[in-house]
Amino acid sequence: MDDSTPAVSVKIFGVGTAGINILEQIAKAALPAVTLAAINTDAKSLATSSATEKIALEAKPTRGAGPSGDPKRSRAVAEENLPRLKQACEGVDVIFILAGLGGGAGTGISPVLAQAARESGALVLAFVAMPFDLEGNRRLKQAQQGLEQLKNTADGVICLPNQEILKLIDEKTSVVETFGILNGLLAEGVSGVWRLMARKGLIEIHYTDLCALLRERRGDSSFATAEAAGATRSREVMDKLFAHPMLDGGKTLAESDAVLVSLTGGPDLTMTEVHRVMEHINSKCERAQVIMGAAIDEAFRERLAITLIAVRRGVVHVEKSELPEEEQSPAEARATSSDNLTNHLLNQENGARPNSRFVPPAPEMPQAKMEQLAARQTRSRKTASKMRQGQLPLEIISKGRFDKSEPTIHKGEDLDVPTYIRRGVALN
Amino acid sequence: MFDSSSIIVGLEVGTSKICAVVGEMTDSGLNIVGLGQAKSRGVRKGEICDAPAVEEDIRNAIVEAEQMADVEIRSVYLGVTGGHVRGFNNRGVHPVVSADREISEDDVQDVIKNAKTINLPAGNHVIHAIRQHFLVDGQDGISNPVGMLGSRVEVDVHVVHGNLNRLQNAIRTVKGLQLEVDEIVFNGLASSLALLTTEQKELGALVIDIGGGTTEYTVYSDGVIKHASVLAIGGDHVSNDLAYGLKVPLGRAEQLKLEHGSSFLDGLKEKSATIANEVGLPIKTVNLEHLRRIMSLRLEEIFQLIGQDLEQAGLLDYLRSGVFICGGGARIPDIARLAEQVLQMPVSIGKTNSISGLKSALDQPEFATAIGLVKFGSFQHKKRAGKASLRDGIKTTIGQLFKRA
Repeated sequence: MDDSTPAVSVKIFGVGTAGINILEQIAKAALPAVTLAAINTDAKSLATSSATEKIALEAKPTRGAGPSGDPKRSRAVAEENLPRLKQACEGVDVIFILAGLGGGAGTGISPVLAQAARESGALVLAFVAMPFDLEGNRRLKQAQQGLEQLKNTADGVICLPNQEILKLIDEKTSVVETFGILNGLLAEGVSGVWRLMARKGLIEIHYTDLCALLRERRGDSSFATAEAAGATRSREVMDKLFAHPMLDGGKTLAESDAVLVSLTGGPDLTMTEVHRVMEHINSKCERAQVIMGAAIDEAFRERLAITLIAVRRGVVHVEKSELPEEEQSPAEARATSSDNLTNHLLNQENGARPNSRFVPPAPEMPQAKMEQLAARQTRSRKTASKMRQGQLPLEIISKGRFDKSEPTIHKGEDLDVPTYIRRGVALN
Repeated sequence: MFDSSSIIVGLEVGTSKICAVVGEMTDSGLNIVGLGQAKSRGVRKGEICDAPAVEEDIRNAIVEAEQMADVEIRSVYLGVTGGHVRGFNNRGVHPVVSADREISEDDVQDVIKNAKTINLPAGNHVIHAIRQHFLVDGQDGISNPVGMLGSRVEVDVHVVHGNLNRLQNAIRTVKGLQLEVDEIVFNGLASSLALLTTEQKELGALVIDIGGGTTEYTVYSDGVIKHASVLAIGGDHVSNDLAYGLKVPLGRAEQLKLEHGSSFLDGLKEKSATIANEVGLPIKTVNLEHLRRIMSLRLEEIFQLIGQDLEQAGLLDYLRSGVFICGGGARIPDIARLAEQVLQMPVSIGKTNSISGLKSALDQPEFATAIGLVKFGSFQHKKRAGKASLRDGIKTTIGQLFKRA
């Protein structure tokens, strides 16, 4: 296989207006052997896109108003077009979903797309942007719900809170520029991850490694990329990396439990440089499993690029949000699930993608029953908190007259505490 | 004219008592002529925590000693201790540069100076650097190399050091009473000086001084100090344990310890003791078995900690003349038997039999430290007397005359 041809097929979906904008940025980078696809409910924004594949999800005529701005409706539309989405995902190993959450299309369609892609056997990585705080509560809430859904369906979600960008920009940065930076960051992330898989490495990170890393955890991830050139590039690149807003000064690394590092350099990349960079990263990762890869690219001569993905173990947020699944009418749910099933079976028969994973939908039940269940749940939780037994404070052994004096510590034992207590001798 | 410099005073500022012992240097030797003591109120774990109270207590003890010995005390040898005091062995090296390769007195002074320059934590002060052995060109076991031939002289020293500020606290308090401090001496060293004979030092011995707030222990082997250390545990801890375990006030616990305390559970005549108030009405009944169990565990632990430390230092097998216990803790019934059980070697209560004088002072194990301080002083005195030339002697005498005025 040629060096530049990736071993895996990659497709990048831009979902919604924001997603398509990011896609444009990636298109500029012109990653080889990558298919770009744009999905939106708004035909106008699709028309401006340079993506090779364009999927326009037609909304039912709802008295003239499009589904834009309402994720539930977008979701419904996407679910109706599930076969089309699945078709688009067919035969691809890795799918990137780019979206800006908080709006209609991105928030609504992305989870459905992720599910479709997973069912067709691809590894799904979502790069999403969270709205600015100033965009209002409603959008933030929608975005959070969308993120939760996406986390449940996609293998990995890399989320960039736009708010963090404010740290990067100065007083004079225009709105257009700000969004440009945002898109640039996400695009960088995507190309970084792509490089990780596509480039033939000295120390390779296998596609399977990445899958294992992300699938096992299904948590939220952070990524950071940095690039530097020149003699002091290894030092510079570390400085830049830790200045990245996503890493929060290295705090993210300390919290994460798996870190994937990919270094890309020219043929002049030295072992010392790799060592120095890895040592630095390892020292920041307290309990994380660090997987590293290094790749050589002729285009990176005298440059050093680093891509870092930090994964936190997925804490399943059971936020009491009205998940659209629950809101679906039972009939609809049945329709989609049977659809899924047939597709799944068909796929199996074809034997095209044996590693297809089927995500079973929630058990169906009438609305009334569900409400009842939910109500019971909340009630029982409330009573539980009320009935909770009070806990006495931990017994602290008074040191009597030595209370205020310097403790006599010998091999971690406070010798001022009576010996019989330390040795656990009972006085009956 | 009465030569005041022949009077040597040892002052021990202990956790339970402050004790001043007056010794007189005569031609026949050292003689203890006075003793003064006062209950200590401002000391915890061997360190001063209430300076004004300590000042008052020291004054009382000194006045009592002055009256008994009928002397005026101008300077003291001050005993110091505390959890911060540590000892370790160090070696100093010095090349002999003289043409004839003869080791001179200066070479010996230099090598000891080298041995003292050690990497101590900031703010620490060397209390003692006690020379153990000299090595000449790698030949071990030389006690005095002066006059020998060699190209390199080395010395092993035992360095006892402590936190300077904490040591200063004690010195300042004493100086506040218009008393001079001749020298500060580690309490553990002082007690061992009082207790051990030369023969015992040669054979190897361990001296354990169980005081009110601290327990010092010193190991001698081959006639030199091998190890010295402090555990900040003492009789106070026993009382505190009892107060906690038996749920009685600290003062009452102290009293119970003195009346009913023992190192062992056996030999109990009564099962319980009744505490009565001033008019004789019973207030509380205390289970004596509990009392003794609490006490015995604490004491056992002290010996175990010492045992562990010495085992680590590899000294347990060198104590051929056994273990000697002094300090107030030596008064606890059967303490020697308990120590014997824990340390697995002969243990006895130390007696200060190397000095003559007041029988009442010498018999008490708790005065060992103060007597040892006097003995330490007498060594220094002899050294100084031997060294001082005529000119220096006149100088100091005149100086002292002025000081007195």
